[in-house]
Amino acid sequence: MSVDRGKLVFVLPGLIVLVAIILFPLLFTIRVSFSGWDVAQPGLDWIGLANYLRLAEDTRFWESFARLAVMAIGSVALEYLLGFGLALLVWRDVRAGRFFRVLFLIPMMTTPVIMAVIWRTVFHESLGPANDLLRLLGIASLPWLSDAALAMTSVIIVEVWQWTPFMFLMLLAGLLSLPREPFLAAAIDGAGPIRTFLRVTFPMIAPISIGAIVIRLIEASKIMDTVYVITSGGPGTATETSSYYIFIRGLRDFQIGYAASLSFTYLVIMAISLTIIAKVLARAMIVKDNAV
Amino acid sequence: MSALYRALKYAAILLWSAFVIAPFLWALTTSFKTANGITSGPTYIPWLQYEPSFEGWRLLFSSGGGGIAIAGPYLSSLVVTISASLISLALGTLAAYGLSRFTYRAGFVRNADITFFFISQRIMPPVVLAIPFFLMLQFLGLLDTEVGLIIVYIALLMPIAVWVMVDFFNTVPRELDESAMLDGCSPFETFWRVILPNSRPGLVVAGLFCLIFGWNDFFFAFTLTFTQTQLLPVAIVALNSSVTPWWSLSAAALVSVAPLVAVAFVLESYLSRGNLAGAVR
Repeated sequence: MSVDRGKLVFVLPGLIVLVAIILFPLLFTIRVSFSGWDVAQPGLDWIGLANYLRLAEDTRFWESFARLAVMAIGSVALEYLLGFGLALLVWRDVRAGRFFRVLFLIPMMTTPVIMAVIWRTVFHESLGPANDLLRLLGIASLPWLSDAALAMTSVIIVEVWQWTPFMFLMLLAGLLSLPREPFLAAAIDGAGPIRTFLRVTFPMIAPISIGAIVIRLIEASKIMDTVYVITSGGPGTATETSSYYIFIRGLRDFQIGYAASLSFTYLVIMAISLTIIAKVLARAMIVKDNAV
Repeated sequence: MSALYRALKYAAILLWSAFVIAPFLWALTTSFKTANGITSGPTYIPWLQYEPSFEGWRLLFSSGGGGIAIAGPYLSSLVVTISASLISLALGTLAAYGLSRFTYRAGFVRNADITFFFISQRIMPPVVLAIPFFLMLQFLGLLDTEVGLIIVYIALLMPIAVWVMVDFFNTVPRELDESAMLDGCSPFETFWRVILPNSRPGLVVAGLFCLIFGWNDFFFAFTLTFTQTQLLPVAIVALNSSVTPWWSLSAAALVSVAPLVAVAFVLESYLSRGNLAGAVR
């Protein structure tokens, strides 16, 4: 039938182009991960599972996952809370609401790596304004980038600054699309603002929330250039994420084979954990339909 | 609504606004400083606290002697980002329409799996792809060229276009398609003549998202180009070497960020008209 053949016209071009671009890198990564390709021996030999056995005992790799989890989940949770809060604030009757909406969107438009360069000067211990502000408030200066916990905090602050706008955009668009009837019904029932939020607003916005959180988690777990500029993974390995560790092994030490095995392991772990997170979020946030 | 609640609300809005603006203001004031103005500690007000200089801004347009001749990278960034975005948007929109309207089966593969395949490309961190892409472009003779980067960016941006457009098309009533089909339109004619003209909000949002993520990429531009082609983020971060020239860095950052601020205005106008809802669901 013509409709049956006609429908391929839509999906095939994109699919073919995407597969053509992505197939070689993916297959290549898998194949190289079974080779000992490095500076001394560049080329595709076969060393079996040696790289995978090595990475199983590579605590620095597994620790980078733990740090990534703290960084990604921490910043995305903050982005969600702040983005939702801001969206609720400018949702209805706010003076100069449109001005603030544009302003709140701007950080997401800026190049992360360039803003990271600026942020690094902001956090500079003696010459930056962050400590200057603390002095003004009568608080002692902080070693923003040279203390392990603070360096992590600094990176999260930058991430939150950059990406809260994304959550804000998604959630405000969702809020603006909500029908009015459930809110009227809640008002007639005499529900207060908190009850209305818990019973009406939040359940209706839950599907958008889940989508936005999962997308942000996907993007946040790739964090690499911001870390590279702000802390270079330091102090020590305090802010070294998985991507950054793969970067060190692959592009700095040029252990291509080993980096490929790290990459492939990373992809498998991320695909599985993101799927689980999406399922758990869906179960936790979409409550039974008990809206007013 | 109580006065206290209103006061708290505006306080929160203003506090967040200050946080958003702070790094830009800091960059703005830094861009007018000299080495002396910076090493004397954090200062904010020109003339009062430091003697302003236009050196940082002058360096943007000069080559050699710490200059970065920003026009070339600027143009390259524009060419690469816009080309890759348009191609991704075209291919992604076609695919999204198909996935939204028809049923595909190939073995165990269903529509949801195809959509997931598109979107899952975003999971791959750039660092994983950098070396294979390097070898691939080397083989194709496209290393250090704008065409090479455009190819790589299409793989990066098409998933975004598919994601936004599938959700958008799902909100476009099917009656539109059906009546066009009854009038004798083929599936493609239906898409081209009836659906596409009604899809501006979705297309604008998907296109802007592609522009944002394309313009802001650093890692691929960093690993796949060297001397012939240089994109804006790479040119600017290159300044961040041994002795960081805070002044020209700040000026360059502000200039590179400026065009996308216009994007924020366009996005907001679609938000306010309520057109964005379907496009981001």
